[in-house]
Order: sequence, then structure tokens, then C-alpha cells
Amino acid sequence: MRLEPIAAPTLARRLGFPAAALALTILVASLLALTAGANPFATLGLILEGAAGSRFAALETLNRATPLIFTGLAISVAFRAKLWNIGAEAQLYAGAIVTVLLGTGLVPWPLVLPVTALVAMLAGALVLLGPVLLKTRLGVDEVVTTLLLNFVMLLFVSYLLEGPMKDPGGMGWPKSSPLLPEARLPRIVEGLRLHWGFLLALLAAVAVWVIQTRTTLGYEIRAVGQNPRAARFAGVPVNAVLVKTALLSGGLAALAGFSEVAGLKGHLSLDLSPGFGYTGIIVAMLAMLNPLAVIPSALFVAGVFVGSDSMSRAAGVPTYIADILLATALLFMVLAILLTRVRVVRG
Amino acid sequence: MTDVIDILLSATFWAAVIRIASPLIFATMGELICERAGVLNLGIEGIMVIGAFTGWITVYAGMPLWFGVGAAMGAGMLFGLLHATLTVPFGLSQHVVGLGVTLLATSTSYFAYRLILPEVTSPPKITPFAEWAIPGLSDIPGLGPALFTQTPLTYAAFVVAGVTAIILYRTPLGLALRAVGENPSAAASQGLSVTALRMGAVIVGSGLMAVGGAFLTLSAFSSFFFEMVNGRGWICIALVVFGAWKPGKAVLGALLFAAFDALQVRLQQTPIGAVLPYQLFLAMPFLLSILALILMSRRAEVPAALMQPFNKGER
Repeated sequence: MRLEPIAAPTLARRLGFPAAALALTILVASLLALTAGANPFATLGLILEGAAGSRFAALETLNRATPLIFTGLAISVAFRAKLWNIGAEAQLYAGAIVTVLLGTGLVPWPLVLPVTALVAMLAGALVLLGPVLLKTRLGVDEVVTTLLLNFVMLLFVSYLLEGPMKDPGGMGWPKSSPLLPEARLPRIVEGLRLHWGFLLALLAAVAVWVIQTRTTLGYEIRAVGQNPRAARFAGVPVNAVLVKTALLSGGLAALAGFSEVAGLKGHLSLDLSPGFGYTGIIVAMLAMLNPLAVIPSALFVAGVFVGSDSMSRAAGVPTYIADILLATALLFMVLAILLTRVRVVRG
Repeated sequence: MTDVIDILLSATFWAAVIRIASPLIFATMGELICERAGVLNLGIEGIMVIGAFTGWITVYAGMPLWFGVGAAMGAGMLFGLLHATLTVPFGLSQHVVGLGVTLLATSTSYFAYRLILPEVTSPPKITPFAEWAIPGLSDIPGLGPALFTQTPLTYAAFVVAGVTAIILYRTPLGLALRAVGENPSAAASQGLSVTALRMGAVIVGSGLMAVGGAFLTLSAFSSFFFEMVNGRGWICIALVVFGAWKPGKAVLGALLFAAFDALQVRLQQTPIGAVLPYQLFLAMPFLLSILALILMSRRAEVPAALMQPFNKGER
């Protein structure tokens, strides 16, 4: 078989394949429910209900989507330049560490929130800067270094939480001291469990969209991603663009840590992120690396997680169904997106 | 310092080095085969998980240990087929597909585990492979007992590495595999099927990765638990680079790496371990892998067509 590009794909083709990918994902979910001895329709219904069936459920999904918007943006920025940042998890924790350091008395009100957010971004950017400089200077593959740094960072956080940053009043649990009240992101509406981190995430998405579509950097990022050699030939400073991309990507990932600590948890612990950094890759790919599409994509992914948790409690289908669903959605969707552009021919 | 020397002189240390290196050798050979054919397989971490799980659950269900190894290999090859189909004929991003396969294989293992054992907090144990003393060699004074009293899977790991080296460098198949990883267009014009060779490499390579995972449950820990692969797959990718895509050097890298790992575990029990935080010791394998990548960066002989999809009719 051979792939042949299609000059002008029809609308049916551009919608049909992604729709088929979605249908296949739902089919996989139904089969999984069947193997767990549950009714597929009831299971899917419970996932939907758990994700958006009540005010509580919907707020939970919005809360879960917040860090995913940040990490999804971080990945989409980086992947656009073919910079394979798989280390958003480490960058997230770098942001979280800074948030606790500055939010427990070091920076006074009213500076604490803006300063913390900025320094957190800087910390995340620095965590990614290392692997990127190794890539641009020595040609070390950034996939492996960013992946390995995730493990190092988690061990570092574990050390901090059992040593220098341990909460003296934490009854021996490895968690940090709580943030001061003025260092917390307030709720958007009093009484509703949704904090300003969510609006910040929406704002970040718009900002990234502006950078990508309206600035020189955005143009350069795309040029580097499409063909670094051609970009260099056209006078784009490829390595400088990669470094700038990394700073932006690492900073965005760190905001996920800032928002989770300052908005939701109020302290740092080792279970702050159930893999938001990795899930951000799925969010970004489902959004086809479009920053504005990251928002609905993150909502969808968050909904699958929140809905599956609640379904699991009711129907007894293991909650890992969510991860299987997202992995199949990812693989089917990248294939579907390819098939909207190319035709498979024999020979 | 005397602590370190004491450790290095103990036979149990060297036995541990060989043991720790074994799963890494299987998985590193698997990744090396994929990459020599031009395909980066980031599914390795998840394929090791599904191998660990499948091997263990098969034996837990009452099958013989070697059935467990076979089942693990089969499961790995299945996920390898998925990876190969998406990355080779369709030429999709090897990064994205690899990470997707890792997520899929990991979550499938966890889902199945929870389905079969819903309430269990500590996973049931199986009887793992027993140690086999090789007659003669294991009687050599000094390191003989340490090096030649290992489980059969350990010996298998070294045999696999040898066979991989022979196939890659001494057979027409190996030549063809290297050709599609270096210059697929030229290989195709010689009448080789780039698609078939690359897919075959990814499928067989994934099978080996899964056996590496199965080593953990069938030869090392006797049961399956979450997070047990713990980044070993990513370390193996670093080992392939460290070994400059050559089986012999990659085995040496795995042994060196295992030596550091065995050393850090033992150092934790010494006065040094009482001063330094244990997390630093646990981070050593990952930091060492990064260091290895940096040291090798200048000399790395990357297969020229690594991560480059090949589509007939395109030049």
C-alpha cells in the first residue's frame, strides 16, 4: 500500500474520519464495559452523567480541565515546533514548588499572586531549558531527557516534602505547609467550587493563539516545526526559536502546578498531579495542536476522567477504562486526521 | 570508601548486577532492533508493563512459567503490531503513537488487573523461576557462583543479545534490517520490502520488551504491582543511545548501569546513606542515564533514517 495526498479533501472526508474515530472509541468503551459484566449503554450513560449531569459534576469537570488546558497548551506549543517536550509533569511540579515557597509568607499581599505566577513560569521554563540546550548544543534527544527528568523531579519533591518543606503540623504526612489565605486564587463566584485558575487557563489559551497566529515568533515556530532545514535557510534562527518555544512551553506547564496548588489544593503533595503532564499530550493531539481547540479538548478529557471515576463507583467497571478510552481516542484520531488528507492506494 | 570496596568485593553484589541487567538487556535489544530498522518505539514502557502483567497472570492462572514468558511475548507483539501498523505503512508520528501505545498497554494491564482482582490490596505471589547453577562454570572460585547461579531468563537475556548481534551483522536479514534503517529508498530499489522489514522489527522488538517486563514478575518480584516498571523502558531507550545502536555495547551499558543501581541500593545501608537523602540514590539511575546520553552525544551513530517514515513513490 501507498499513501497519496489529496489536494482538496471533501467535507465528508474531513468530518467522516474523525467521526468514525469517535465511534470506534465508543465501541471500545462498550466492549470494555461488557468484559466487566456491565451494560454498555448504562456505563456510557453513567460516564456522561458523572461528567456533566449535575452542577457538582460539571464544576468538577471544569476544575479537572484547568490543569489540562495548561499542560495541553504547553505540549501544543512545543509539538508545533517539533520540540518533543514529554516533561510537562516535571515542569508542573517546578511551578508547584515555587508556589508553596513564595506563598507561605515570603512575598507579601498584594504582590504574592502575580509574582508567584511569574516565578513559577520561570521555574518551569528553566526545567525545560536544560534538555533543550542539550538538544541544540549537543544533539541529545529531548524525548528521553525530558521523560527521565520527570522521575528525578518527583523524587526531588518527595525529598522536599519529607525534609525542608515538610508541614510541621502535617501529622507526619509528606505534604507541605498550607499556603497563606492571600496566596490562594479566589473562587470566581462565592459558593461555587471553581477558582480563577480556570479563567487564567482560558486567557492563556487566547494568549498562545495570539502568539501563534499574530506574531513573528508564532510564524517561526511553525517554520521550524515544518522543516528546520528550510527554516534555517530562510534565515530563521532555529536554535533561538527552539529555546523560546521551550521557555513558553515550560512556563505554561508550570502554571498548571501554580493553579492546582494556589487554586485547588492549597498545599503541595506527591499526588498533586495524576499525570496531568502526560495527559496534556492527549489533550494537545486531540486539539490538533490548535491552542483554542485545547479548551474543548481538555474539557472532553477531563469529562472522561471525572465521569469514569463516578461511573466506577456506581457500576464497578474499573476506573482505568478512562485511560484506555483516551489512548484509543488518541490513536484512532491521529490516524483519522491523516486519512482526511491522504488516500490509501494499492501497490 | 572502604564501604564501596567491601561492596565491590562481595559476590552477592555481582550476582545482583547480572540480575538487574537482565530485564534491561531484553528490552534494550528489543528497542535496538526497532531503531536499527528506523522506528523509534516509545511504546517500550507500556509494553514492559503488559509483559509483566501478562506473564504474571498466566502463571497465576496455573500455567507453567515458560507459558507465562510466551504469553508476555505474544502480548508485546500484539502491541508491537499496533505500533508498527500506525507508524510504518501510515507513517504517523512515532513519538505520538509510541506514547499512545505506552498509555494503552499500561492502562489495559491495570484495567485487567482490577477486573480479575477487584478487592486485593497486596497482589498474590507466584512461584518464580528458580536459580539454575550451570554445572562446572558455577564451581569456578570467586565470581563463578555469582555469575553462573542465575534464573534461566537471565541466561536467555544474554543468549538473545548474542543472537541479535549475529543476526544484525552476520546474516542477510540483518543487512536488510540495517539497510531499511539507514537508507530505505536504496533498500527498496534493491527489491527489499521496507514496510515488511520495519513492521517485523517492531513486532519482534516489542515481543522482547515484553519479555523484559515479564522478567520482573516471573524472575525478580514474584508478583505484579502498579508502577513496577518505573521508567525502566525509558532507561532502555537511553541505553540504546549509550550503546551506539550496537548490541555488544548496549549489553555493556546495561551491565554498567545495573552495577550503579546495585551499588546505590547497597550504599543506602552504609554511613553515606545515613547522611544523604534516599531520594538521591533512587534518582541516580535516571541522572546516570541523562549523563550517559550527554557523554555519547558527540559520538552517537544514529541510524540515518531513524524516525523517517518511508512512502513508496516519494523521494
